[in-house]
Amino acid sequence: MQKKMDFTKIERRAMVRSRAGKAVTYFLLTLWALIVLFPFYWMLLTSVKSYGAYNAEYIPTFFTLSPTFENYQTAFTAVPLGRYFTNTLIFTLVTTAIMLVVIVLAAFAFARLEFKGKNLLFTLFLSLMMIPTELVVITNFQTITNLGLRNTFAGLILPSVTSVFYIYLLKENFEQIPDELYKAAQVDGTGDFKYLLKVMIPISQPTIVTIVILKIIECWNSYVWPRLITDDPMYFLVSNGIQEIRENGFGRENIPAMMAAVVVISVPLIVLFLIFRKKVMAGVSRGGIKG
Amino acid sequence: MKIRLEQLTKKFPNRNKKQGEFVIAVNNFNFEIPDGKLIGLLGPSGCGKSTALNLISGLEKPTEGKIFFGDDDVTNLPPENRGVGMVFQNYALYPHLTVQQNIMFPLQNLKGKDKLSKEEMQRRALEAAKLVQIDMLMERKPSELSGGQQQRVAIARALVKMPRVLLLDEPLSNLDARLRLQTREEIRRIQKATKITTIFVTHDQDEAMSISDMIVVMKDGVVHQIGKPQEVYDHPTNLFVATFLGTPSINVFRGRVQDGQLAIGGENVLSVPGVPNRDVICAIRPEGFLLDEKGPFTLGLERMEVMGRDTSVVCTHEDGVSEVIRAIVRTDSVVDEEKETVRFTLIPSKVHLFDPETEEDLPFMA
Amino acid sequence: MFKKNVKAWLYLLPAILFLGVFMVYPLIDVLIYSLEEGYNSASQSYHGVGLFNFSYVLHDPYFLQAVKNTFVLVIVTVPLSTILALFISLGLNSIKPLRHMYQTIYFLPYVTNTLAVGLVFMVLFKKTPYSEGMVNLLLNWFGASSVDFIDGPYWAKMFVLCFYTIWVVLPFKVLILTSALASVDEHLYKAARLDNTPKWRMFTKITLPMISPMVFYLVITGFIGAFKAYSDAVALFGTDLNAAGMNTIVGYVYDMLYGNSGGYPSFASAAALILFAIVLTITCINLLISKKHVHY
Repeated sequence: MQKKMDFTKIERRAMVRSRAGKAVTYFLLTLWALIVLFPFYWMLLTSVKSYGAYNAEYIPTFFTLSPTFENYQTAFTAVPLGRYFTNTLIFTLVTTAIMLVVIVLAAFAFARLEFKGKNLLFTLFLSLMMIPTELVVITNFQTITNLGLRNTFAGLILPSVTSVFYIYLLKENFEQIPDELYKAAQVDGTGDFKYLLKVMIPISQPTIVTIVILKIIECWNSYVWPRLITDDPMYFLVSNGIQEIRENGFGRENIPAMMAAVVVISVPLIVLFLIFRKKVMAGVSRGGIKG
Repeated sequence: MKIRLEQLTKKFPNRNKKQGEFVIAVNNFNFEIPDGKLIGLLGPSGCGKSTALNLISGLEKPTEGKIFFGDDDVTNLPPENRGVGMVFQNYALYPHLTVQQNIMFPLQNLKGKDKLSKEEMQRRALEAAKLVQIDMLMERKPSELSGGQQQRVAIARALVKMPRVLLLDEPLSNLDARLRLQTREEIRRIQKATKITTIFVTHDQDEAMSISDMIVVMKDGVVHQIGKPQEVYDHPTNLFVATFLGTPSINVFRGRVQDGQLAIGGENVLSVPGVPNRDVICAIRPEGFLLDEKGPFTLGLERMEVMGRDTSVVCTHEDGVSEVIRAIVRTDSVVDEEKETVRFTLIPSKVHLFDPETEEDLPFMA
Repeated sequence: MFKKNVKAWLYLLPAILFLGVFMVYPLIDVLIYSLEEGYNSASQSYHGVGLFNFSYVLHDPYFLQAVKNTFVLVIVTVPLSTILALFISLGLNSIKPLRHMYQTIYFLPYVTNTLAVGLVFMVLFKKTPYSEGMVNLLLNWFGASSVDFIDGPYWAKMFVLCFYTIWVVLPFKVLILTSALASVDEHLYKAARLDNTPKWRMFTKITLPMISPMVFYLVITGFIGAFKAYSDAVALFGTDLNAAGMNTIVGYVYDMLYGNSGGYPSFASAAALILFAIVLTITCINLLISKKHVHY
């Protein structure tokens, strides 16, 4: 009988413990989720408060009963936000496109073609992965300046159209495609380039999509290089634009308009992420460190 | 430790809602496992035998029913308090710990008055290792061991804390054929030596038949028969058990009982007193055929297959449910392979009749 | 064979060209710059070769401030973000309902523009004559007095910078650790559970060793990333980081190169090389430690 008592006690304790554990876990997870979401909420909220209402709040309020879209109008008219936006779009698309061509060709050569000095060259490529961008940015700044490419798209785009890491990633992927396919294609008289286009790229599509997504995120958020290479607002990207707005736009205190600009800048990537959630997260865990 | 299951049921929510809301992995189990025996849970894959094991270990909670260890109701007791040792199909050895550290791991969890000194733990670990004959591998990591050795480490780890019950989930499925034979003898030996009530799960009937004191034959979450291996083999209670046990498998025919005679394909092949006139399913073990030129049962002769120890006569019959019929005969028997037919007499104890609807056994006086 | 070689090199040509111009050449060039004394951007001339640039940088109070800021940031954020990510991942892995929702939310900062959201953080933390700001409101609720986190005392500014950095780097760490935790064989936990292993012991003896390779990966990349901090600081304190006293080493490099105090590529190169040396040393130490502690 004594033992029976023990059992019910153990059972009850185990149940209480597991329920309490669950509750605490959910509480803490929700707390962090709120900390993550709060800035997003705040920028949305502030962006729909009118200028006058916002500045009249000595104590900030957590909601507004009279949302207004005038800040968005201000954001697009008082500063060239649309311009920044288009620039970033062009910059992102062109950089990603050129990069894809460059890395696909290089990865193909490393994965499929035989040539003298291949191993040595690949080792050299790999060792470049360790070089931080901060080290090469200085000379690149000088090079682009000397070439007279400041405040041009060429100047913005050219230094970031190769990535050793992505070449490596893609080469590994290409190498997993069985040799037999290549041999079969050669027997059929398919040329190397056609084989690359018709066989390798379609098979490696998931990796390529991953690379594209990572590159788009990187481009959309790039700040340092565009800041060095552009001082004409005509060529500003969103990051530089937002910094410019912060320091000189709207007058320092038009926070609601700034927040509207921030919302406009943030939305595309967030939407992209929500659509391709699985792909983005899988891609990032395979090869993404921000920055 | 005696184990008793009472109306034990486990339902899982069905992922494919079209096929119903639940999958019943374990359906209304009622049986008792006697103390100190080796029990084989046998059934095709997906029949719920691993779930049954998980219910006994406590890793899964039953939907209904009760589990008793001895006289204690352990149904809601968390697994850590049940004192069971378990060996998983993939062994689940800690890859970063040595063999010795792996075996000592359960002992290091003991607290309070049960706490052991380091020397005592090492002594007990060595003892367990000796029992499974891996005491010379104590400093290795699991990745440096063969499959069979890993298996033994897993058993030693399960045994070292002297569990009340030992559970083995498909313990041999990851081993190659030769090692499998050797290891199953080993499991038998260890169980005999420790006298711990042991339940193991397998889909391999040879494995279950050869070492168990008792087998439980399952299908689709339902227990079909429980008994000593030979008993179950000799007296299957339904068609599933009859077909599941035995290699080569039992030969199944459509037949009819008329006036106490079993007729297959127009021939009266055996007298089966005590069965009323009706259609039946008739199952005959391969060793139930005796070559007899004047025998009552005529089969179409396909070919002979010499197996070394004995010979199997491969036949066909238009009322056979199975595509080919196999009869096992002595190697010195003479069959004229030129002939198109071959005739047999049947051994009554190797013939089983089943109801075509319920597939339940229809007993007859042999 | 010759034809084959030519073809291969043609495929590689664009990559080699771009890497040569924008990676290899600059790498050599940065060494040269760092040794050219008194280099003048306008006339592109210099009057000597030596280590003066390094000595100048190492004696520049702005640089020393940047080094101090960077080290504080690294020492605070790397361990804290890794531990926090570990706890969040453990929590995520222990729940089933709503798990995807939490994962999605936690990942959001990764896909946001650092500069843009930094602006939101600034607004939240800033105290102006017109408003206390959101965070100060919270502080007041808990009975503390208001602090200006953006233009106020050093510790307050550092706090915001660290907080924002952790907010930004956490998604990546949570993602990596969640998948590392999920890939641990669940049978190990079942086996341990049957052996009555306490929760804490399961964590230290099974979970941690099993995910240790990923933890070290995160620590190493975390150190590298934190040492390169810059745009987070710009987002919070504006481009004139020296004035705010919140500059980082990378910020110092860029300021030397360009902007109000720019035009000194030699000093920038020297500073960048010093940073590279620091990061390399720390990474080597990390790798040595991880060799000792990662078991397989």
